[in-house]
Amino acid sequence: MKSGSNLERVLEAGHFTVTAEIGPPMGCNGEVVLEKARLLKGCADAFNITDCQTAVVRMSSIASAVLVMREGLEPVMQMTCRDRNRIAIQADILGAAALGIRNCLCIAGDHQSFGAAGRLKGHPGAKNVYDVDSIQLVSILKGLRDDGQQQGGDEVEMRPPLFIGAVWTPLGDPIDFRPFRLAKKVEAGTDFIQTQGIYDMELFRQQMAIAREMGLHERVAILAGIIVPRNLGMLRYMNSSVAGVTVPEELMGRMAAARKAAGEDKAQARRNQEEEGIRITVELIEQAQETEGVRGVHIQAIEWEQKVPEIVERAGLMPRPVMPAEG
Amino acid sequence: MIVAERKPLDEIKRFIEGFERVLVVGCGGCATVCLAGGEAEVKIVGSALRIAARKEGRRQEVLEDCVTRQCEPEFVEQILVRVKEEGVTALLSLACGVGVNFLAERLGDIPVFPGLNTKFFGATAEPGVWVEMCAGCGNCMLHLTGGICPVARCSKSLLNGPCGGSTDGKCEISPDVDCGWALIVERMKRLGTLDQLAEITPARDWSSSPHGGPRRVVREDLRELAAEAEENSAAAS
Repeated sequence: MKSGSNLERVLEAGHFTVTAEIGPPMGCNGEVVLEKARLLKGCADAFNITDCQTAVVRMSSIASAVLVMREGLEPVMQMTCRDRNRIAIQADILGAAALGIRNCLCIAGDHQSFGAAGRLKGHPGAKNVYDVDSIQLVSILKGLRDDGQQQGGDEVEMRPPLFIGAVWTPLGDPIDFRPFRLAKKVEAGTDFIQTQGIYDMELFRQQMAIAREMGLHERVAILAGIIVPRNLGMLRYMNSSVAGVTVPEELMGRMAAARKAAGEDKAQARRNQEEEGIRITVELIEQAQETEGVRGVHIQAIEWEQKVPEIVERAGLMPRPVMPAEG
Repeated sequence: MIVAERKPLDEIKRFIEGFERVLVVGCGGCATVCLAGGEAEVKIVGSALRIAARKEGRRQEVLEDCVTRQCEPEFVEQILVRVKEEGVTALLSLACGVGVNFLAERLGDIPVFPGLNTKFFGATAEPGVWVEMCAGCGNCMLHLTGGICPVARCSKSLLNGPCGGSTDGKCEISPDVDCGWALIVERMKRLGTLDQLAEITPARDWSSSPHGGPRRVVREDLRELAAEAEENSAAAS
């Protein structure tokens, strides 16, 4: 065991693994995080805590991770390269490990010009860092854990037991380079991968076939990302504006039909679309399960976290395994 | 070249409002090439400032000059002489920030104001469009990336390939911005060297970049030559 985290143990035991996402609030009310944690408890093996996603200031990933641990959930702390240099990153990693955090997901982070895609102001005038990139970040964590060495060469007195994750955007451009990018992440020492949200399972399976040919699925645990669609507008937005996400016409057609079936009744149209969205999600999870080399799913129900237990239940993935810690 | 863009005239005007005799100085180097601060632009700014002063009833004389380069002692000397001889009370430099700094260190109690915003090291993509191509980071890695710079041309200066934000060759920050890594991947495909990108580029040493503090380049061989030349001329006289 590298970290002894629940996520690591569930994967090690060969279970099809479920992770879900918790977005921290834009304020200091810890109760919001605790409430989400209570809603989601038991429906996933670990919970990603996002790190100022879309470059909007939110409660820190470390603090939110500690809060969800109070409710008995296991966090996957996300760490972007956007906001911290290697000094701050390593200090935060050591601190997180001291607080009991065992999983860390290494990501570049959305550029600060994002500002929640224009819905919020964000901080587009911020100075970014990007001292290291996500692959270098993986190497740094591996160095701390396995070599007991900081990036600069100094010794680490007590090595942080971390399960190291990274993201893969299998359908991002340039698409033929994506498997090589995954290979680099694996080479750097990634233990698990969570992918960008997949709607086009056919294309994803083609990319997975390449990854399998390269033997990557045996060296890293790949969890397929599933973003729960809530309505037609969201699917359209993701198809047109979210990099690396393509939504097949068929899925959009299904969502459009669900909306249309409600006629003029707007409340019914919303309910229809939400139900169709959950149906689509469950199907995607099943398809991911049937894809060779995929060892779990990462479910993102953005600002709709309360639906995750129902989704996991309907996908036949409940109850989650209970893995006793070693020793 | 160093690419610069003229500041709005209103902003420039406010800098020099209270000064009686202002010398506008252009630069014959990069600022001329990027059409921001050469002889022609000096004339335009000079006349605009004179018109504004007249309209607003201010007593202000605006003089003009343009030197070969504002970043070398021998060329700025003529400016220092003019300042002294003609009683100039303020300078407006239409050079890049280097020129402004260089003059500021030599002007004693005379202020110098920037007429341009210095943008980046770049090239002319098409008439009227300049793009950044070098970040001046002090440790060139272009041999690893097909001659296209990830430090300058990737919005996140990533060194190991494109992030998830690349779409149709464009960067996540704007559909007007090329994804630097898409350019690199395309270029290395054509060169048949794409497999070189499999190698992980480790965290880099940024001490050669501005993060290492103000930088200087010292060439001892040239310093020795200069010292010798000085000795010889002293001996000759």
